Amino acid sequence: MQNYIFDGSFEGLLSAVFNWFERKPGQVKLQTEATFQPDAFMSCLHIVNEREKADRVWKGLQSNLSKAALRKFYCTYLSELEEGYTALFEFACYLFTEGPAIEKNYGNPYVLALSKIAKKVEREKHRMEAFIRFQQNADGIFYCGIDPDFNVLPLIATHFKNRYADQQWIIYDLKRNYGLFYDLSKVEEIKIDFNQRQKTTGIANAIVSEKEGLYALLWKDYFKSTNIQARKNTKLHVQHVPKRYWKYLTEKQFEQD
Amino acid sequence: MSERLREKLNILADAAKYDVSCSSSGGNRKNDNKGLGNSHASGICHTYTEDGRCVSLLKILLTNHCIFDCAYCVSRKSNDITRAAFTVEEVVELTMNFYRRNYIEGLFLSSGIFKNADFTMERLLRIVKKLRLEERFNGYIHLKTIPGASEELIREAGMYADRMSINLEMPTESGLKLLAPEKTHQQVTQPLGFIKNQIVQFKEERKLIKSTPKFVSAGQSTQMVIGATPETDQEIMQTAALFYKDFSLKRVYYSGYIPISYDNRLPMIGSQPPLIRENRLYQTDWLMRFYGFHVNELLNDANPHLDIDIDPKLSWALRNLQHFPVDINVAAYKVILRIPGIGVTSAKKIVQARKFGKLRIDQLKKIGVAYNRAKHFIKCADSPYQLKDYQGSQIKAFIQAESQSKYLKYDTSQLILF
Repeated sequence: MQNYIFDGSFEGLLSAVFNWFERKPGQVKLQTEATFQPDAFMSCLHIVNEREKADRVWKGLQSNLSKAALRKFYCTYLSELEEGYTALFEFACYLFTEGPAIEKNYGNPYVLALSKIAKKVEREKHRMEAFIRFQQNADGIFYCGIDPDFNVLPLIATHFKNRYADQQWIIYDLKRNYGLFYDLSKVEEIKIDFNQRQKTTGIANAIVSEKEGLYALLWKDYFKSTNIQARKNTKLHVQHVPKRYWKYLTEKQFEQD
Repeated sequence: MSERLREKLNILADAAKYDVSCSSSGGNRKNDNKGLGNSHASGICHTYTEDGRCVSLLKILLTNHCIFDCAYCVSRKSNDITRAAFTVEEVVELTMNFYRRNYIEGLFLSSGIFKNADFTMERLLRIVKKLRLEERFNGYIHLKTIPGASEELIREAGMYADRMSINLEMPTESGLKLLAPEKTHQQVTQPLGFIKNQIVQFKEERKLIKSTPKFVSAGQSTQMVIGATPETDQEIMQTAALFYKDFSLKRVYYSGYIPISYDNRLPMIGSQPPLIRENRLYQTDWLMRFYGFHVNELLNDANPHLDIDIDPKLSWALRNLQHFPVDINVAAYKVILRIPGIGVTSAKKIVQARKFGKLRIDQLKKIGVAYNRAKHFIKCADSPYQLKDYQGSQIKAFIQAESQSKYLKYDTSQLILF
């Protein structure tokens, strides 16, 4: 057995698959540079990213997988999970050995893993579409900071672009330090240099617009008046709105008032 | 100004919360006029109330003034409460500003009836027109049809709304007569029928002329209040099944009655709303819509009530053990769907996966089957050979002993004496 070490990029992952078919080294263990611990008994190979080879693998995936399976593949990559990378690698090797029919073989551990991890990522994508709360800044731009478990910004860009076509907005991933900015015609990737204080408060409250306070207040009021006390069910509530998202939810911010 | 708006929102959102529907699904409005918003087939719940219900729409009443005096309703004429009414502009502004901040998927607008049905309906129509035409709003709009409003107004509103609904209120005519003497089921079925016919007609026209506008594209729904009157579950679900069939409804909602009145025709204030029963009714509804069950299989004269301690699918299976065990490696999809512990997603996965070889227990578990429940009803590649033929009541006891359900924690076992 050999260690395959790649840089964590999509290109690197696909290059690793190409490399495996070139060299046919038998069973390998795929790891990222970030987490790799050298092992005295296993040789290791650092994967070199090669655009052309990666493209060939990607084309191969595109022509052998259904649209849904291809999406699962991409979502699993965005999970940034170590076991996700392994599953993708094994899945791709299995696919190119056995042919396109395998994508539905849920009896295979890697096919199932892709399906399950992708589902987690899709769930968080959906939650971000639900739980993002824009604040209108004084300059008119609607801003929201997030720190999702998975790297879902690439998955939600189209949704927000289609939905908020007539307003400028920024969605910023504070954990991965990049964001999306929509300027009324296209979505661009941006990087903002926040100072430390802004990082903790999301964005400085001083620059939100005048109307902002009123609508935030009305929304909190609304949230309170839709609750039916006689049916209180905290367990169900927390199951639907996990606590890790509360700090970004306007309706969950009571203390600061 | 903003204080008054706050007060109105508190009053009119509070009164609207008893309407269960908050779904924003089934819409397919695109934002192709570069305006604000669109709607998804799947809908999005933006938050959940502390009682665990989804919040996806700004659900408000236009007014809680009402000329009717229905015993089960907070807005009833004889109830001594603060009254308020929104202006057209206020509703539009609230909707737009909430939507811009991604708080909501759209608007659910209902109303008490002031003056008369047409006067109220005309106001609702002005709001949706302003939203769609002036503000270029493409988010989801669910409009409550006002019973008794003229067909022209209903027809025009349908051009702008995604979904329309009228509440059936009580599952049976006699129940309704008891609590709302001024209302009849016919007042509900008439507009439901009218809108259904319009939907069909617009669809036909769209086939010929592409530019025909969409009409109530997300369909119609209705709501029944459960537990305020003494209907059986059988009566409730049969009414639901009939309405699904006759009016091609998208959803029927079942709302466990929350006591809000000292009227002696109704359960006392402070009594617990029938939450488990409500849950069982929804499960039955799901079995009818997605699992191919006929209402009579689940509820009939021999079994007019749903079991409280087990779900309706398990309950059906225990009464029909002659259909089991099912061999999941050969059985048809529809048959697999009827196995307790197997849902739509796992049933589909099973049918796909078994093409690659016979499925074993560990694979079923990984696919997502609730195996501890399903094992009593299935056979797979490595099922252990069973010598004993268990009775339904025995299987039920096995499942309940292993079950995690929050409903089942009453200790039913015999006490040990000395």
